[in-house]
Amino acid sequence: MSSGFVEYLWEGLLVTLQLTVYGAALGLVFAFAAGLARLSGSRLLRGIAFLYTEIFRGFPALVLLFWLIFVIPAFGYQLDPLFAGTLALALNIGAYAAEVVRGAVQSVPSGQTEAAIALNFTPAQRMRKVILPQAVVAMIPPFSNNLIELLKATALVSLVYLPDLTFAGNLIRNATGDTTAVFLGLLVGYGVIALIFTALMRWLERIASRKLGRQVPPGAIARIFKRQSAEPQGV
Amino acid sequence: MDFRWSLVWDSVPTLLDGLVTALIATAFGYVIALVLGLVFALLRRSDSAWIRWPIGFLIEFIRSTPLLVQLFFFFYVLPLIGISVSPLLTGAFALGLHYATYTSEVYRSGIDNVPVGQWEAATALNLSTRRTWTSVILPQAIPRVIPALGNYVIAMFKDTPQLAAITVLEMLGLAMSIGSDTFRYAEPITAMGLFYLIVALVMAWGARIVERKFGTVRA
Repeated sequence: MSSGFVEYLWEGLLVTLQLTVYGAALGLVFAFAAGLARLSGSRLLRGIAFLYTEIFRGFPALVLLFWLIFVIPAFGYQLDPLFAGTLALALNIGAYAAEVVRGAVQSVPSGQTEAAIALNFTPAQRMRKVILPQAVVAMIPPFSNNLIELLKATALVSLVYLPDLTFAGNLIRNATGDTTAVFLGLLVGYGVIALIFTALMRWLERIASRKLGRQVPPGAIARIFKRQSAEPQGV
Repeated sequence: MDFRWSLVWDSVPTLLDGLVTALIATAFGYVIALVLGLVFALLRRSDSAWIRWPIGFLIEFIRSTPLLVQLFFFFYVLPLIGISVSPLLTGAFALGLHYATYTSEVYRSGIDNVPVGQWEAATALNLSTRRTWTSVILPQAIPRVIPALGNYVIAMFKDTPQLAAITVLEMLGLAMSIGSDTFRYAEPITAMGLFYLIVALVMAWGARIVERKFGTVRA
């Protein structure tokens, strides 16, 4: 492979990583806003958050992306493509992750809330100092799945001509005709990035769990090699 | 503002054709995902490590790479190895393979949730391994996971716009071709968005009906 191709791939990789990281950051904001809003006392907030999660979970990320790129200009605005891509991915993944936030907060035992009330904490203090630190630990494993979904979804931006990793791969395929190698290489590349992100999330989970004095169960690598069996041995 | 609602309605008949294509791809892909997912789940419990490890690796690998790249891969590589099928079939196969990795995990959770006593009872009755699976374990495992499997129909349907990238004229492909004919992309894409919302809602409702009907373990 000539050095020009390596440069393409490198730039594509940077765009893919940018989209993943920015998308995750913005998605996290949407997720917490919507997830907590669904648990709020205000009916209006709950309704808005419900609509947000239902609509954006029922809506393909790719269609959302095309809508932001092609329809918004008809209303007189033009979004920067990288921003449109990030926004589409974040709105989509945020809707899924909002349910994770809601579930995790609800899974904190109610005794914790009662204890915080007994200690005369304000609702904000209760959330910040008692509920969230425990809920966040429960959120990390499902967030890890969401992050991989987000990484996979970044490939969609190549269809609106954002030069990400997939786009670079297609360019190289067009130039060399070396189809099998290029796409296998892309798949392995995405697989490796996913593995790195998964490892990072495991590390985060470990830190967060240790702060609560909990143990972390075995991860993805162990899952591959472990024999999964409920069946009694020696049958 | 330059947006004409009349053009949204004009693109509906064309998009309906695309909806049919998308539904065909979803249906084919879903059948593949259901069958292949079960095969994956069973192979992953094989006694031989030589089967377990590669299958486990394959599942994690397919799950963590983009469907779009897999679509491109099959679309360009299948003809090179002498298999020529229509882009729609290629797309349905790639969708099915991608989602088989998800459904296999779902089946796994269903199988793991069958009480150990059921295995022991089957052993006590001297049932063969095959009979144990077909008459005892799977009839209990599968109904448990029907609600979870139902979600994947909707998820797959939501992934069909990606088939446009391999020249399948589903809704996105048709919306873009309307756009290139009329130089107006905003309206057909909006119409397509509304289509997706409506169909996803209908599918969620249908999944709930199926779930209510078949989603309980019969004693």
